[in-house]
Amino acid sequence: MAPGLTRDLSLQAYRRMVRIRRFEEEAMRRAMAGEFSGMHSSSGQEAAIVGACLALRDDDYITGTHRSHGHPIGKGADLKPLMAELYGKATGICKGRGGSMHLADRKVGIIGESAIVGGGIPLATGAALSIQVRGTDQVSLCFFGDGAANQGTFGESLNLAAIWKLPVIFFCENNLYAISTPVAKSHGQPDIALRAAGFGLPGVIVDGQDLAAVYAATAVAVSRARQGGGPTLIEAKTYRFEEHCLNLQVPIPYRTPQELERYKSQRDPLVLYRKEMLRSGIGQAQIDAIERDVATEVADAVTFARESPLPDPDEVYDYLFSNPIHYPPEPAP
Amino acid sequence: MSSPPKSATVRELTYLNAIVEAQREEMLRDERVILIGENIDIYGGSPLFDTFDERRLRNVPISENGFTGMGIGAALTGLRPIVDLTIASFVYLAADQIINQAAKLRYMTGGQLSVPIVFRACTYYNICNAAQHSDRPYPFFMNVPGLKIVAPATPADMKGLLKSAIRDDDPVLVFEDMSLWTKKEQVSTDPDFLVPIGKADVKRGGKDVTIVSIAGCLPKALAAADALQGEGISAEVIDLRTLLPLDTDTLLESLSKTGRVVIVDNSHRTGSVASEVSAVMSEEGFEILRAPIRRVTTPAVQIPYSAALEKPLYPSTERIVAAVKSIL
Repeated sequence: MAPGLTRDLSLQAYRRMVRIRRFEEEAMRRAMAGEFSGMHSSSGQEAAIVGACLALRDDDYITGTHRSHGHPIGKGADLKPLMAELYGKATGICKGRGGSMHLADRKVGIIGESAIVGGGIPLATGAALSIQVRGTDQVSLCFFGDGAANQGTFGESLNLAAIWKLPVIFFCENNLYAISTPVAKSHGQPDIALRAAGFGLPGVIVDGQDLAAVYAATAVAVSRARQGGGPTLIEAKTYRFEEHCLNLQVPIPYRTPQELERYKSQRDPLVLYRKEMLRSGIGQAQIDAIERDVATEVADAVTFARESPLPDPDEVYDYLFSNPIHYPPEPAP
Repeated sequence: MSSPPKSATVRELTYLNAIVEAQREEMLRDERVILIGENIDIYGGSPLFDTFDERRLRNVPISENGFTGMGIGAALTGLRPIVDLTIASFVYLAADQIINQAAKLRYMTGGQLSVPIVFRACTYYNICNAAQHSDRPYPFFMNVPGLKIVAPATPADMKGLLKSAIRDDDPVLVFEDMSLWTKKEQVSTDPDFLVPIGKADVKRGGKDVTIVSIAGCLPKALAAADALQGEGISAEVIDLRTLLPLDTDTLLESLSKTGRVVIVDNSHRTGSVASEVSAVMSEEGFEILRAPIRRVTTPAVQIPYSAALEKPLYPSTERIVAAVKSIL
């Protein structure tokens, strides 16, 4: 176990990973049954997400990506409004205006889940600027993928953060594929963390399937940022167990069944962490209790979502502006 | 009319100084206001360095999309940034963050987030800078729900609208017009002098025709009204001031008096601000229109370098007068 990962924190970490996995599995089933449209599963990437979130305080900021379910759950969000959002209901976390790619829950510090690849990186940098201007000891953490590391916003943001030593952690969930394009065919060299040196900040590579390792690396970066030491780029090497997106046809295989099977059987972050917990003396009964709790929580979330009302079409303009602006009504079609 | 309150004192300001003063007053009033931009220490923002330091005045590298997004992130977390994009042609580099993040985040999060930010951009045309420095890109952004857009044409309107934009809780694009930089007038020194977003202004009353002016076209529109007066034609001149949301009420009120409209707009003709104003007035004012609507715009050609080619492209007083006469 990593330093600082107490028994309570370990159980909390495992619970959060299980919440992500079971939420995603159930959402996949519900989507495939036609209850709502597609989604991007985080299965396989739970240790990277939870390890990072666990190192943050409640008043820190997070930006995320189109693969957005894991981030709020990893930070401790209530599952009901998240599931209701997938169903497009009025009780959804975004009132039915965001959907699966945008499960931003401000209550747990999330200031946007961007489906424009790389779009959240400047936002997290700006949150760090705000922290510096306001003079608090918060930090911001930006989740993004290997694909986003090739966007201009990545380089621009790392540079801006380095100039002013902004308290931001650039956290790359490198799941090895930008949809179908492998890192080896889209990056001049495969280690994204090495790019940090060119911008003047530390870059760290960590095993993204190992929760304790991710937590330890993130805790160091967070502590550095809180003390005015500036930004860090963390690259968590991870793997996505599902296709890029549910309902997206993949006519040509881009990764071998053997590779996928190897990751699922040998590198599942939940399985790996269960072993770690048992080794450290946590009992099977406690692990089983977490599974039971989460199963109930997910079932309750589905019930809540199904029973919630749909949003009122007359309220479609709500939330567009802070103050009501009365546009002339659209002529009837 | 945006006349200052009688009790307040006034001071002569140029259009350019109105920008500086609006920013200074709002930065003094509210700790959360910061300024982000390239070379602000030597250009437009430099007078502010007398009052504020680099904590709130952020000189940035040439990374328009990055620092614009950074401003948005700061707006999401308690600040009220002004992002100076300098020349309006550079707005395209930041358009992703303005359109995909600033304009959408409040809506997409069901109101959980707020984006109180100002994007400043200067239209910098008719001075032989060729196509990549001369854009007047207002209409692109009018197609983006969630944005507010202002394009003031007088020092008082600039000061009052920029201050309103800084105090607004939504993203506001403030277009300044370089051709107006040296225009002067008496402007209120009241720190709470504001011009409301969403209100057009009747700059000159008239009864025969309505001339709707956008941004830097105002001096030409007023000159055209003067010329027409000499020929016994009474033109009402409305400065649109806010492009989004359009002040349809003021436009239709004027139309109900005159029945005739000429819209003057520096943007390229296709899909221009004038196109939208024309569409709204014909849809909602068809019954009171007494003649076809005319648009005086810049033709759909790139802006050339040579003054011989460039100068005739923009709306002129003569073209406005001719357009008015064509519908009388």
